[in-house]
Amino acid sequence: MTQQVPGSPAGEVTATSPAGGPPPPTDGPDRPVPHGSDAAHRRLLRRQRRSRWDLKLSPYLYVSPFFVLFALVGLFPLLYTGFLAVHDWNRAYYVRGEYVGLDNFTWVLHDPVFRKSLVNTFSIFLMSSVPQVLLAVSIAGLLDNRLRGRTFWRMSVLLPFVVAPAAAVLIFGSLFADQSGVVNGFLRELGFDGIRWHVDRWWSHLAIAGMVNWRWTGYNALIFLAAMQAVPRDLYEAAALDGAGRVRQFLSVTLPMIRPTMVFVIVTSTIGGLQVFTEPRLFDDTPSREGGADHQFMTTTLYVYVKGIEDQFYGRASAAAWILFLIIVAIAVLNFALTRLLTRRSAS
Amino acid sequence: MNRRPGFLVYGLLAAFVLGSALPLYWSFVIGSHTKAEAEQFPPPILPGGHFLENARKVLDTIDFWQSLANSLIVSTACAASVVFFSTLAGYAFAKLRFRGSNVLMGFVVLTMAVPVQLAMVPLFILMRDYQLLDTLAAVALPTLVTAFGVFFMRQYLVDAVPEELIEAARMDGCTMLRTFWTVAVPAARPAMAILFLFTFMQVWTDYMWPLVALDTKNTLQTALDALAVTGQGQTTDYALVLAGTGMATLPLLLLFVLAGRQLVTGIMQGAVKG
Repeated sequence: MTQQVPGSPAGEVTATSPAGGPPPPTDGPDRPVPHGSDAAHRRLLRRQRRSRWDLKLSPYLYVSPFFVLFALVGLFPLLYTGFLAVHDWNRAYYVRGEYVGLDNFTWVLHDPVFRKSLVNTFSIFLMSSVPQVLLAVSIAGLLDNRLRGRTFWRMSVLLPFVVAPAAAVLIFGSLFADQSGVVNGFLRELGFDGIRWHVDRWWSHLAIAGMVNWRWTGYNALIFLAAMQAVPRDLYEAAALDGAGRVRQFLSVTLPMIRPTMVFVIVTSTIGGLQVFTEPRLFDDTPSREGGADHQFMTTTLYVYVKGIEDQFYGRASAAAWILFLIIVAIAVLNFALTRLLTRRSAS
Repeated sequence: MNRRPGFLVYGLLAAFVLGSALPLYWSFVIGSHTKAEAEQFPPPILPGGHFLENARKVLDTIDFWQSLANSLIVSTACAASVVFFSTLAGYAFAKLRFRGSNVLMGFVVLTMAVPVQLAMVPLFILMRDYQLLDTLAAVALPTLVTAFGVFFMRQYLVDAVPEELIEAARMDGCTMLRTFWTVAVPAARPAMAILFLFTFMQVWTDYMWPLVALDTKNTLQTALDALAVTGQGQTTDYALVLAGTGMATLPLLLLFVLAGRQLVTGIMQGAVKG
């Protein structure tokens, strides 16, 4: 992965000196070592040895803080989750009980609340990711023009990104309030019944997906835009010569060309979208804050929080976390394969 | 596509931008009215004159300034740490040859996909056992390094630092660290700024981890949470809640005005190279 220039790469200057033989002086070209001055010679040797160690060890030294810290706060906790998941936990004394094998997994998988949370997670994920990607690609297509005020437009689509999810939920919570909300106000004005956004399962999912989409669509549009701008312009000229209109060009030139980015965005939004937490927790207007009175919009990450942090069932929470983790990995891989397959077909 | 776009393109874009600005505008409108005005239908469409009054109520309800300070401290610490360690590691991966570098870099890329949030229970236990719960250190610890940071800096430095410069510095007798400091860091500065910005925003907007790690203290996000539940049982005072939301959003909005251009560049750069 390192892209060294062949020949005499930077780091190799001193390393090429033969390990066994007397090292050539490196301090200056051909500085003569005074005969009899043993001390000077030794100093030189020492410096050289130090330089060689410097060269050998430095890279490891530079990357080690990352790996040490990551092992501490990333890898270890993840593995420890696995350990927690196969043990019983005495909640009163915070002490580990005996090894229980897959009992926690079985318990969680049979818990109707957990199952519900899985369905909710998927439902919210689908409602957010699919429209989001479609809209983001379209916005990117619009931005990929010779616009006046390019920077202005690009910054404008990114505006919602500066609103933290917690703030976004509160704003949307007021818009979608069941009684006093403006959205319902307009619906009633138009002669419809108000929708119980906080009560009805699928409507609440739609409201939550709306917040997620609101915050991330512009962000993803910029990523797509970057990919579109890397498409060679003569491809469009060729397509235009063949009589392809703008929409046709977009479908048969742009989309196939941004396939890798498509995969990237879909995979990252899968990883993020399946872990939605802030929105379902704060959208709840019941005191328990477990994703609605009937857990109708509790996501699995929220389930892990409630079980692990609030109720202190470490084993069950960890089992749930691992199940979600495996699902995320499986879907990311599936997405990756599927997107490649589909876009390849549309390209040919 | 190379032709000058027509009105349709501008119109669609403008519609999208207005639509996405609307909720933010809404929070400022409602946040500057009284509770009674905010509950009317049709709702007010222009900002009112009661923002200061609402803001004072927010300051009485939650410890806004302390939460703001906490958010600032944690976000700055994480951003500085991520930038420093990522530049160091990214430089090593981009420019230095060492045994195992490919394997290690592959590991970094792989960990980018690992959802660390799922490890909240063990992290919580870890913090508790080391008596770090309810400290700002506990909030900052999990984000002192990010795999994305290392990846981002590596991608940038591969092209940004010419081999000849490193070689020249080494020929002049610079130690590795000095070479890094005098050659790589100046070249990496634009990417460092962008990475700082991103990490800062990521930590600033995070709600879940501070919720887990803190008990009596608050960051801005958990303080908003506290503000939202004050009116529990009665109808929510949206004028109050949205005034608080606006106050909590202002710092990032300011950052966006000052550095939005870099943010756009960063997103687009990360995408092309990633």
